Amino acid sequence: MAKKTPRIAVYKFASCDGCQLSILDLEDELLEVGQRFDIAYFMEVTKAVKKGPYDVGLVEGSITTPHDVELIKTIRKECKKLVTIGACATAGGIQALRNWASVEEFSKYVYAKPEYIQTLEKSSPISEYVQVDLELKGCPVNKYQLLEVLSALIAGRKPNLPTYSVCMECKMKGNVCVAVAKGIPCLGPVVQAGCGALCPSYARGCYGCFGPMESPNVKSIAKKFIELGMDKKDVILKFRGFTGWSKEFREVNGLIEG
Amino acid sequence: MKGKVKAVKVDYLARVEGEGSLYIKVKGSEVLDVKFKIFEAPRFFEAFLRGRKYHEVPDITARICGICPVAYQMSSVHALEDAFGVKVDGPLRELRRFFYCGEWIESHALHAFLLHAPDFLGYDDAIKMAKRYPDVVKKALTVKKIGNDIMARLGGREIHPVSVCVGGFYKVPTKRQMEAMKEDLKKGMDLSVELLKWVADLKFPDFEQEYEFVSLRHPNEYPFNEGRIVSNKGLDIAISEYEDNFVEEHVPYTNALHSYIKGRGSYMVGPLARINLNYDKLWDLTKDTLKSIGFKVPCNNPFKSIIARCAEITYSFEEALRIVDEYREPSAPMVDYEVKAGKGCGCTEAPRGSLYHRYEVAADGAILSAKIVPPTSQNQKRIEDDLRAMAPSVMKLPHDKAVWRFEQAIRNYDPCLSCATHFLRLEIERS
Ligand code: SF4
Ligand code: SF4
Repeated sequence: MAKKTPRIAVYKFASCDGCQLSILDLEDELLEVGQRFDIAYFMEVTKAVKKGPYDVGLVEGSITTPHDVELIKTIRKECKKLVTIGACATAGGIQALRNWASVEEFSKYVYAKPEYIQTLEKSSPISEYVQVDLELKGCPVNKYQLLEVLSALIAGRKPNLPTYSVCMECKMKGNVCVAVAKGIPCLGPVVQAGCGALCPSYARGCYGCFGPMESPNVKSIAKKFIELGMDKKDVILKFRGFTGWSKEFREVNGLIEG
Repeated sequence: MKGKVKAVKVDYLARVEGEGSLYIKVKGSEVLDVKFKIFEAPRFFEAFLRGRKYHEVPDITARICGICPVAYQMSSVHALEDAFGVKVDGPLRELRRFFYCGEWIESHALHAFLLHAPDFLGYDDAIKMAKRYPDVVKKALTVKKIGNDIMARLGGREIHPVSVCVGGFYKVPTKRQMEAMKEDLKKGMDLSVELLKWVADLKFPDFEQEYEFVSLRHPNEYPFNEGRIVSNKGLDIAISEYEDNFVEEHVPYTNALHSYIKGRGSYMVGPLARINLNYDKLWDLTKDTLKSIGFKVPCNNPFKSIIARCAEITYSFEEALRIVDEYREPSAPMVDYEVKAGKGCGCTEAPRGSLYHRYEVAADGAILSAKIVPPTSQNQKRIEDDLRAMAPSVMKLPHDKAVWRFEQAIRNYDPCLSCATHFLRLEIERS
């Protein structure tokens, strides 16, 4: 008997849409993805909405409003497996920069009538509110990693994703280390691979868009940056980027001050 | 039946970037209420840019929108270069235009064929449309891929590329790397002409309005990065005069601000505005193809924006090929400059229209204040005006057809709701 086509739903919370767009950027594979999966809910792409339950839910974006909190709980119930895609959904994203500030002050700065705005104090990853089956990192996710996750899910196997650092990818590409050779502060040693060591290949330091690797030695690299002549404040800013609210990078503050 | 109150309500607009809704209420032929809402959550970019270093800005603002990151990077670097008094010219400026060609191609192809064309033919999405029109969808995907390829080759990846910086690029391509793209660009150009002719045969609703079209205009080129801000109603100002002429208003029901021209009202930015104001600056193949399909400017039918969008794909291929042919490797990937305190503004033409940025920078390069006006918030008031104008006739259609037509009209503008917060659910209420 033919296997049932897996039903996929794609959801969006606070985000730039970049991670969902990565699916549409699979130009060579897109029509096939459309055949192998039943795209049951994907507002960015189709008006057609099929009712749940769904086999896989892909979630982009972070939780930033009271309404989001309710919605993600409903989504968790209608999806057998929940996969978060991208730095927003797995680490709170760039909008988590509010988490170190007063959201009230932010609202006043951006909006003439802040009283019209409804938002939470913090921008949080999905796992803060519901159980997540798999987190795919990146800002944006790497589209081939995304394809790997989708293929693994159909096959019922574990996706093959790296847990090593960007440094390893540099070595594999034969890049000259930008930190050693040029003294450019680079987060590569503590950031998870997946981008193909893009920034160092473009003669610049990694700014951490894939987030922390497994067990990163954040303290040691922060110390190294200070030795390279960076201001403590700038070191903190360096970690406080697209994945700054991840548990490991959040701790850098205390490490430096303490 | 006359005088009955009817309303249309769409809670979550599909095939737009971001989240939004629409609510329209009419009584007979009188329109009682039109609300085009952007409920994408606020992300506070302008607020958290304060205190960040100037060199982080292009990477951060790219994250406002995954579909046009280059535009955000470009308006940022132009504004910061204005603050530092830097001028980027020669091959580096040409590379910026080349980068922009890539973004226009991929973004326009995505919108025109994957998001908008299904409206004209009655399909829920491009994947279903592909069953009846496999060639068109495949050609569009090929074109889109070539656009993305330009971005990836120049910037490492198509979404949030990593090569742009104040003063130029972190790394620039060699002449050979540029030449290597030529075959694909030629192929893309031919396909784009076929696609442009295909969209010209779609059925366009009869609907015309008196628009104020706004876009950049440059003496020598079709506008991407620089120029004066002009309109068909006499506006002709320097970018630095933007805030004296355009106002943003915060209305209660939407998270996106409404822009209007002081003393005049709503206006349109984007491909239709650009082509109406800059037709003379297109290259020959685009002009000839437009002539052959009978497209004339000024064009006041917003549904024909899909033609303008496709014409800009062809133009981008022509321009990209010109740049490849004339490319000389620059002596350095970026120009030298001095970081200093100052204020600067920049406006470039994102795929969806003019995108304005202004920054104030401290002596150590930290951002003191930021203002970002994305194209969607500029178009938002105009979208409501279009919906209001078409409501009396569209509301006579059966409910699902009315909803469909309103959504199609919104998609004429290719609104990007993620960027506009600082966007859409569709509600049409009927009793
Ligand atoms: S993780 Fe980055 S690319 Fe993905 S939605 Fe968030 S901001 Fe966009
Ligand atoms: S910031 Fe780091 S993880 Fe992100 S693309 Fe650059 S090198 Fe890769």
